[in-house]
Amino acid sequence: MDFLARPWPWYVSGPLIGLFVPALLLLGGREFGISAVFRHMCAAALPGKTEFFRYDWRRAGLWNLAFVLGIALGGIACAWDKGPAHVSAATHRDLADLGVRVEGLAPFDLGSLATVRGLVCVVLGGFLVGFGARYAGGCTSGHAITGLACFELSSLVAVVGFFAGGLVSTHLLLRVIL
Amino acid sequence: MSIAEIEARTVEGREGAPGEGVLRHVVLGALFGVVLVKSEAVSWFRIQEMFRFQGFHMYGILGSAVAVAALGVALVKRYRGLAIPGKELGTGRRYWIGGTIFGLGWGLVGTCPGPMFALLGTGMGVMVVALLSALLGTWVYGHLRDRLPH
Repeated sequence: MDFLARPWPWYVSGPLIGLFVPALLLLGGREFGISAVFRHMCAAALPGKTEFFRYDWRRAGLWNLAFVLGIALGGIACAWDKGPAHVSAATHRDLADLGVRVEGLAPFDLGSLATVRGLVCVVLGGFLVGFGARYAGGCTSGHAITGLACFELSSLVAVVGFFAGGLVSTHLLLRVIL
Repeated sequence: MSIAEIEARTVEGREGAPGEGVLRHVVLGALFGVVLVKSEAVSWFRIQEMFRFQGFHMYGILGSAVAVAALGVALVKRYRGLAIPGKELGTGRRYWIGGTIFGLGWGLVGTCPGPMFALLGTGMGVMVVALLSALLGTWVYGHLRDRLPH
């Protein structure tokens, strides 16, 4: 059973992730991408006054809602696989300097929402992910994987933006709030 | 090109009746969720390792995923005639501004959208709040987009 436990090496997990692009194309005629699901959820639940959320979300996005439901089910199937993420010693040291211990898969839980750290990371971080993904027209899956695999210049620009923003958060913002 | 025209591309609605292929996509999603967790791409700590350039793991995952996806897309195009519609760069502003905003969030919350759902499944209740925040971000973007540079 050991081979089922985390972490699967990159040369196993990376190619498996890449296979979802042709698999979705062949099995459903869909373009692999996750973040549009937030738009479909807005369109379904609370479209408001903008045209942006007024379209047939069932036709455009039911597959996407089904796909993320599946992702959550996949997570349930892995819930037994506890333990910390296997990051490098250098990362352990850097985070320890900031007062963060490598435990589990994230340094916050529901209880940390009462702290500035938890609030900024989860609420502000989540907000920016949702806002930025729709602004850029895709997230890691749609731009960094599908878009780059199609040699799209727009996706390359978006991915450079992803990294620029991530570096600022990591090396400036987290230093202040952690 | 108007923003509405540009955005029309992101509601990727190929033909298909509502409800068609739901079970198939749940199964595919479940397999994807398992790979996400097992690869540790769902982990805030792995994202930190990546943005600190202290490990090859995440770069290996992204690089090999893109390589396999590119090969897959080329084969599907060659043998099935199916292609993913292109996205015009236009002024490029929406990509670098939106991308940078996304990246700022990615560095803080340490998970992109797919992993949020996977972590929720593993029992991390705080992801409900992350997902609601992402939904709010999407909703606010939808209502501001006519006033934003694209």
